[in-house]
This record gives sequence, structure tokens and C-alpha cells, in this order.
Amino acid sequence: MTAHAHAAHLETSTGLDNRKLAIWTFIGSECLFFASLISNYLVHKGRSLVGPFPHEPWTSPSGQHFEPILEIPLVTLGTALLLFSSLFVVLALSGAQRGSRKALLGWLGATLACGIFFVGMQVYEFTHFVHRGLGFTTNLFGSSFYTLTGFHGTHVTIGVIWLATLWVDALRGRIPPHKSLNLEMAALYWHFVDVVWIVIFPVVYLIK
Amino acid sequence: MATRVLEHEAHPAAGHGEQTGLWSWITTVDHKRIGILYGATAFLFFLLGGIEALLLRIQLGSPENTFLSPETYNQMFTMHGTTMIFLAIMPLSAMFFNFMIPLQIGARDVAFPRLNAFSYWVFLLGGLFLNSSWFFGAAPDQGWFGYANLTSKQFSPGLNVDFWMIGLQILGIASLAAAVNFFVTIVNLRAPGMNLMRMPMFVWMSFITQVLLLLAFPVITVALFLLMFDRFFGSSFFVPAGGGDPILWQHLFWIFGHPEVYILILPAFGIVSEVLPVFSRKPLFGYAAMVFSGVFIAFLGFGVWAHHMFSTGMGPIADAFFSLSTMLIAIPTGVKIFNWIGTMWGGSLQFRTPMLFAVGFIAMFIIGGLSGVMHSSPPADLQQTDTYFIVAHFHYVLFGGSIFGLTAGAYYWWPKMSGRMLNERLGKLHFWLMMIGFNLTFFPMHFVGLHGMPRRVYTYPEGLGFELMNQIETAGSFVLGLAFLVFLWNIYKTSRGPRNAPADPWNGATLEWAIPSPPQEFNFAKIPVVHGRDALWEQKRQRGGPLPEPARVSGQGIHMPNPSYWPAVTAVGVLAVLVSLMTLGTTGVPGVVAGVALLFLGVYKWAYEPAG
Amino acid sequence: MDAHATTSAHQEHAHPTAGLYAKVGLVLFVLTALEVGLYEITYGSHAGASAEALKPFFVPLLLLLSAVKFALVAMFYMHLKQDHKLFSGVFVFPLIIATVVIVSLMILMAYHMAFARAG
Repeated sequence: MTAHAHAAHLETSTGLDNRKLAIWTFIGSECLFFASLISNYLVHKGRSLVGPFPHEPWTSPSGQHFEPILEIPLVTLGTALLLFSSLFVVLALSGAQRGSRKALLGWLGATLACGIFFVGMQVYEFTHFVHRGLGFTTNLFGSSFYTLTGFHGTHVTIGVIWLATLWVDALRGRIPPHKSLNLEMAALYWHFVDVVWIVIFPVVYLIK
Repeated sequence: MATRVLEHEAHPAAGHGEQTGLWSWITTVDHKRIGILYGATAFLFFLLGGIEALLLRIQLGSPENTFLSPETYNQMFTMHGTTMIFLAIMPLSAMFFNFMIPLQIGARDVAFPRLNAFSYWVFLLGGLFLNSSWFFGAAPDQGWFGYANLTSKQFSPGLNVDFWMIGLQILGIASLAAAVNFFVTIVNLRAPGMNLMRMPMFVWMSFITQVLLLLAFPVITVALFLLMFDRFFGSSFFVPAGGGDPILWQHLFWIFGHPEVYILILPAFGIVSEVLPVFSRKPLFGYAAMVFSGVFIAFLGFGVWAHHMFSTGMGPIADAFFSLSTMLIAIPTGVKIFNWIGTMWGGSLQFRTPMLFAVGFIAMFIIGGLSGVMHSSPPADLQQTDTYFIVAHFHYVLFGGSIFGLTAGAYYWWPKMSGRMLNERLGKLHFWLMMIGFNLTFFPMHFVGLHGMPRRVYTYPEGLGFELMNQIETAGSFVLGLAFLVFLWNIYKTSRGPRNAPADPWNGATLEWAIPSPPQEFNFAKIPVVHGRDALWEQKRQRGGPLPEPARVSGQGIHMPNPSYWPAVTAVGVLAVLVSLMTLGTTGVPGVVAGVALLFLGVYKWAYEPAG
Repeated sequence: MDAHATTSAHQEHAHPTAGLYAKVGLVLFVLTALEVGLYEITYGSHAGASAEALKPFFVPLLLLLSAVKFALVAMFYMHLKQDHKLFSGVFVFPLIIATVVIVSLMILMAYHMAFARAG
């Protein structure tokens, strides 16, 4: 079994593993997916016909007052969580490659916790924003904001499910060093989701 | 690198008998069988799209005709375009990707056989879903480009647009999965010695096509999601009343759409670059220039999209930019055409059926290319856009180009895929009928277009001078239809004959001709080692003559992946999720949950299933 | 198996240590703090006298910081720095196309909104 896996790894024309190349190819493709979503957000920026707005207060014709929607402290926390989860998953991978089951389970668990907190943060943020008057169809800002961050959140959720599966695998001792690629693929995907957020955070939240 | 695990792996499952029966096709992960599935399915859709075209031509055969109602006409031209692009030309190319790429690079299968099966099943379900709209009387009717705001809930309240956008979304998943698969296959599964600059040109052009698919399809995916949100949830990305803008749809659509044009034509470029050298008995002229012009076309293909939008008024700078970048594409395309001619120059030409179609391709594609250069100029384009001149242009590139090229490939590779030779006389009849029918149908469209006949309008009044040309076009379209009946007859007739095609009927240059026709499940009993371009010609030169007919071997000890039905289950899951979004009003959230659950079940069973 | 042993040893050597990962993590954290800090002193509750002077530099600075963070994660956490060049190519080429798409769409749509749609 072991010999098979190793030999298969060395078999390709480039010496690179098929699955690792596939996940990178997929990530390359995803760049255009998020580029389109970010473009959609940016071209609609400042084009909302009615409030509430992301950075400015707004008083509706009926006299109702709306504060700026975006709140920096909450999202900064989420951003930090996602950044740290990237660190944790790379430490988990390094543990898996060394054969340290303890490091693998521990760091992967920490990654999962961060990921779950991030999704939780986003769910809270969305419901909070809806309560403050920004629905999906309220204005263009609402639609494009929820679309962009929602698709990112979906990616995080899929990443959490993937990593959780691997955590269970690791618990059962199914990720020995020669199978660490199983984790490496998920980790690459996870980092990609993180770098997308690294772009979204300033572009959506900080830049007025 | 010479030691390859597959040869050493001793596996108890001895021998590779021919598997038969429906179940073996549903669970197959063999790239050759999947290729045949793609080909058969796509050809049926091609015939369907052809019948739609004939109905359109009957309607336009005489002025003020009432054969089709305006509503039916709209559905018919929308489905004709959508079918031909997504359900015929793309999957017909995919048939050759599947069958030929592993054979040409000397591999036993693609990198991810089960993912390959998944791509096919998603494509099949997407195609069936799209066409099921006919039974609801709600076939898409807004044009294959789905311009906003025709697609808005306000102007298209029915299910027509829903079928279209969900259908394309499903088909996009199939294309993306296949693109990842073939990208990795070409990069990683080449036989020892086959470096990039020794790959057959078909593999090169297919490789570039995969890159275009990977980069272009995510954009249409997002555009379709935005449209879904506009229609299902009431956002206004493309609705001016809500602050949105229909022009954004056009940009997103053509950022996808223009690379898509190259996705449709590059595989045909590759096929023709295989056929011409073999029937000219000399190597492809300017191999490196062919590779780099292909790469250049693909790269430029991302910088020309807005030439589809000159009439939206983008301003002088954008017009100038997109006009110039479009004209620039003529250079690498011209390089290719001159290289094809250079390949034939001084060769000992054999005009067998594949060669006829390949030469026909060059001639027809030049005409389509030249009319393309004409409307790269914005002032000229403003006169030509939305007229039959454009219809003429893109049929010269997509039919005169893609379909001629794919047909050349069909005749060329038929013996390899089926084990039977197609009849030469019927093949030549097919060619001449197609050549005459095609030009009768589409050449007059240049003139009626320049005379001002608009596209996408179900009829025209008498006395504008359109009658004669339209009659010729309609007559020509039936000659075209006849050409494909001859093809069908050829297939039927030869399929009743013996399976006796030799391994190398054309004195081929590439590795697929080194193995029996049709190939055995494992393709190569021994993985070949490649020492140069045109690997098989190289082997023949070294031997000083033709190679002996390869024997069919037991294949004992060759390890092949296990069949699996989980790719098909997962494909149904994909369909269920997307359709549950369309039927959200009736099936609600439980429908979505059920779809997602099925999808997850498929993915999990697939992930934890031993691949064999 | 000899070939594999060498590859494995090579990988051990090439892979950065936990210490390096932690350092990169720290830098990422500091850069994020800088981003938020920059926002606070330019537009936020701590906007002071220098806020007006900072405004022209705000967007370029934030984009720069974001690009540095992006590059750090890609190079160190995604191992592009020492992994096969092909992986970098498969990632960077789409990134370039993606950037071109975003920038050109912004320009084209801005022109469209300002002139074409306004009439």
C-alpha cells in the first residue's frame, strides 16, 4: 500500500502529484470566480438608489435614520481568526508530515474552531445587518455585499466540512505521513479562501 | 522515469474482457467509453440543433411566412444557438479530448477517471434538462447570449430564462471538471520522452482549450448566479430601475463568451493540424510557430471581448483598444493558416475524406476570419452588427471552421474508435454535399446582411430584395441536412460490416495508431518511450518500414481503475441542487436540502471508495 | 525507493519550520493591525489632524498592505516559494487575468455610467 502510493507519486511526467496539481488548477480557476464577484461589487459601489449605505449615515424619506452599516471591530476579529486559522492549518500539515498525530489533531482542531467562529461571525453579521435595515434586495449595496461575502462564506463552510472530515480521519489514524497530501489539498484550498478574504477585507470594509 | 508502476503492479484481477450491458456504461470510467458516450450524445444534440435550424430556414424561406409563430421562432433560434455551442460543438470536441488525448500522449487513462465520468453525466443531465423545457412549452427564447434586460422577470416572467440559466450553470460544472482533468492529464501523464514540444498538435490545442475553459467559465458562472438572484430573489444587478445596469451583463457574458469562441475553434485547429501532415506525408510545417500562435490567440482572447459591444457606445478609447486587439488576433491566426498551407506545399497529397474536410476547413475558415477582421473596425461593425452579415461570419467560423474540423476528425479517427473504416465514396459525397450546402446556406447571408436584413426577426416583408437570397439559403440548408443523412447512412452501413480496421490505416504519425483498433481497455500493453515529434513516424523510420500489426494481448497484470456509479449519483445531486433553486416556490427549502444531501452522499462515497 | 528517500529528505530540508510559520503569522497580524489602524486614523473615530493629508494615500496603502499579506500567505503557507514553479504559474497567470478583468470592468463601467448612460 505504502509502496504503491509512493511509486504512484513518482510516476507522473513532472514528478508532481496529480491531485495536488488538480487542486492548484481549481484554485487558479477560482481566481476568476472571485474576480467576477469583486468586480460586481466594485462596479456597483456607490450606485445604490436608497440607503442604508456601507460607510455613510442615511435618513430615509420617511425620516427614519440609519447608521453606516459596516462595523469594523467585528469583522476585524473574523479577519484575525481566518489569518490564524491559516497558520494553524500549516502547522497541522507540518505535524501530519512529521507523523505527529498529536500536533495534527491539535492544530487541525484549532483551525476548525477558527473556521467555525468565522462562519458564526458572518451569520451574526448578516442577521445584525438585516435587523439594522439592510436586506438582500434593499439596494445594490445589499445585493452585491451579501453575494460577495456570502459566496466567500460558502467557501469557508465547505472548507470547514472538508477539514472536519479530515480531522475524523486523523483521529482514526488514517492520515499517516505518506497520506499527508489529503490534508495538504484541503490546506491549499483553505489558504486560498483566506487570501480571498485578505482582498475582500480592505476592498469591502475599509476603503470608502 | 522508465519504470512505471502500472507495468510492475501485479494485480489479481487478471485479464481485461470486454464488458457489456447498460450497467457497464453507467459505471464506466474508461476514457474511451466516456468519449464514445460524449460523441453519441453530442451527435444526437447536433442533429436536434440541425432540425431546429431547418425549421428556422423553412420559416425564412418566403416573406411574411407563418410556418413558425414569432414566439416559437424566438425559442427555436435560442435553442439552436445554445444547443450547437454547448451541447454539440463543445462535447464533440470533448469526445476527441477523451478518446484521443490519453492515446496521443501514451497514457492508460486520464488523471481522474471517475471525475471524467462525472463530467459526462453532468453534461448529459444538463443537456436533457435544457431540452426538457420544450415539454413545458417554455424553451429559452431570449437568444443564446441572454442579454439583460430581456432576461429580467419583468420582460421574461415565464420559465424560459430559468431553464436556460440553470441549464448553462449545470453544463458549466461539467466543463470545469473536465478542464481540470485534462489539464492535469496533459501535464502529468505524458509517456516518457514526450516533452511539451514533442506533443501532437491536437494535444497542444486541447491543452490551450482547457486553460481557456478554466479561466472563462467561472465568469459566466458568476454572471448566471447574479441573474439567478435577480430573477429568484429580486435583486437588481442588471435592472436599471434598481440602480443596476444591463451593460454589466454584456461585459461579463463576453469576458466568458469570447474565450468561448476559441474554446469552440481551437480543438478543430488541432484536429486539422493532425490530419494535414498525415495526408501530405510530411511533418507539420512550423511546429513551434503553431504552438506559440495558439498560445497567443488564447492570451489575446481575454483582451477582445468588448468587440461584441461596439454598438453600446463605449467611447473612443475603449473602441480603439478593443478594435486593435481584435485586429492583432489576425496575425497568429494567419500564421496558422500559412503553416497549414506550408504543410501541404510540396507534399504528396492524398485526398482521402479526412483530408478533404481539413482542406475545406482551411478555405471556409479563411472566409470567416476575413469577415471577422471586417467588423473588428467599429464603424464597419455598427453597420453590420445585428444583421445577417454577422450570422454569415460566425457560421463560417463555427460551421466552416469547427464542424468541418470535427468532421475531419470523425473520419480520421473513426477506425480507431470503432474498429471499422467508413466508406470512402459516401464520405466524399458527404464532403461535397456539405461544402455546397454550407456555402449555399451561408454565403448569401453576407449580402442580405449588408442589405440590412436584421438577425433574430421571425420574418421580413416582401419587396426588400431579400426573397431570392433567402430561398437559396433555405435550399442550401436542406442540402446540408442531406449531407448529414449521408453521414448517418455511412455509419449505419459500415457498422454492419466486419470490425476489421487495421491499427494504422492512414500511415499515422502519432501514438494512437500504434495500438489495435479499437484499443484495448488499457490502451498500451507497454507504455511507449518517445524520442521525437511524430513518435510513430520516428519508430517507422528506425525500423525502415511499416510496423507489424500490433497483437491483442491479455493485459494480465495491468492495473486499471474500478468502475463506479458514484460519479453518476453525484451528477444527479448537482442537477437536483440547481433544479431545486428553480422550483424553490413549490419544493421550498426541503428541496434544496434534499439536493445538497444527495450531492454530499455522492461526493463522500466517491471520496472514500477505493479507486482501484 | 532510493529516489523517494532523497525527495523526502529534500522536502524536510526545504519545508520551513514552525518558527518561520509563526513569524509569518505575526507579520500578517501586524499588517492587519496596520490596515485597521490606518482606517482608524484616516476615517475612523481616531481621525486627527493628519487625516486629510492621509486620504490620497489611503487606498494605495491599503492595496499595498493587502498585496503583501496575500503574497506572504501564498509564498509561505501555500509553499509557493519552494514548491515547483508550475504551481506558481497555475496560480499567478489566472491572478493576472483576474486583476485585468477587475480593473478593466471598473474603467469600462465607470465610463459607461458617467457618459454613455448620462447621455
